[in-house]
Amino acid sequence: MELQLLLLFMIFAAVVAVEVEDLLSSVIAVGAVGLGLSLAFLILKAPDLAITQLVVEILCLIILIRATIKKDIPLIRDGRWFFNTISTLSFIALFLLFAYFALKELPQFGQPIMRVAKEYIEKGLEKTGATNIVAAIILDFRGYDTLGEATILFTAVMGVLAVIRKVGRINEK
Amino acid sequence: MRNNKEVGMTLIVKTVTRLSVGLVLLYGIYIVLHGHISPGGGFAGGVIIALSFIHLMLAFGRETALKKLSQTAASVLESLGALMFLAIALLGFLGGYLFFNFFLHKGKPFDLFSAGIIPLCNIAISLEVGAGLFAIFAAVVLFSRDSGIPPDDK
Repeated sequence: MELQLLLLFMIFAAVVAVEVEDLLSSVIAVGAVGLGLSLAFLILKAPDLAITQLVVEILCLIILIRATIKKDIPLIRDGRWFFNTISTLSFIALFLLFAYFALKELPQFGQPIMRVAKEYIEKGLEKTGATNIVAAIILDFRGYDTLGEATILFTAVMGVLAVIRKVGRINEK
Repeated sequence: MRNNKEVGMTLIVKTVTRLSVGLVLLYGIYIVLHGHISPGGGFAGGVIIALSFIHLMLAFGRETALKKLSQTAASVLESLGALMFLAIALLGFLGGYLFFNFFLHKGKPFDLFSAGIIPLCNIAISLEVGAGLFAIFAAVVLFSRDSGIPPDDK
């Protein structure tokens, strides 16, 4: 029940974030969506994800506010609302149609097919010695994936630092 | 509202920051070191460590924070974290494959020093994430000052 209420709140906050005029209010509404997602992770019993989501959300909020607080981008509202509405509705209908066929094949919610995960849960503690099974999986069984994610983050940071660097930039005055 | 001669925010914010920033940093280190025992881990702890430095920069201005951890130092630390993680992965070839848990004695469960390579991986990831995110934030702050946009309350 709490989960459904939380999801409704998140959908409402997302709609507010899209529709509100002021850019700062929009950023704060996005933050509300993120905090709701963090609570949803907590209700679904994933405390690791909840902590990570919470702190990343705070950092993103700070950076977004830092980026938007001075420059308010004017919204473009053109007059082609009829065509836009029709195309949006038709794409939503197409998506729902394909999603119906695709989701019929999935296992029931809360009853996953545990072929690989069963071994992780049963042997995780004795094989790795870590009592937090999330750490055991992401850093031992699936360490290769984590290495890839760390590489992605490293590349992203290098890219940002290279694009907005101070040294060697031509000063346009 | 804002005193232009003094950098940073008001006296209230500065006092609260002086009291709380060390606790935030300590909490981040705790989350990293206990990543294999309790919820948390390298990524979350690294972001909390980065947030403590960002907290300092928001309250006291950029010079104070960059004196504690300059942008170059953050870049070096980030690369060091990534290299450390890669080195742990490659050391697994001692046992035959990537990420082999080469501490054969795993220690008691629920001990701080247990679980082999997992705490080391957590420390490496936290270095990379924390220093990387702080470097991005510092770069954004320095960029907006240099590119002619008037600096706001930093």
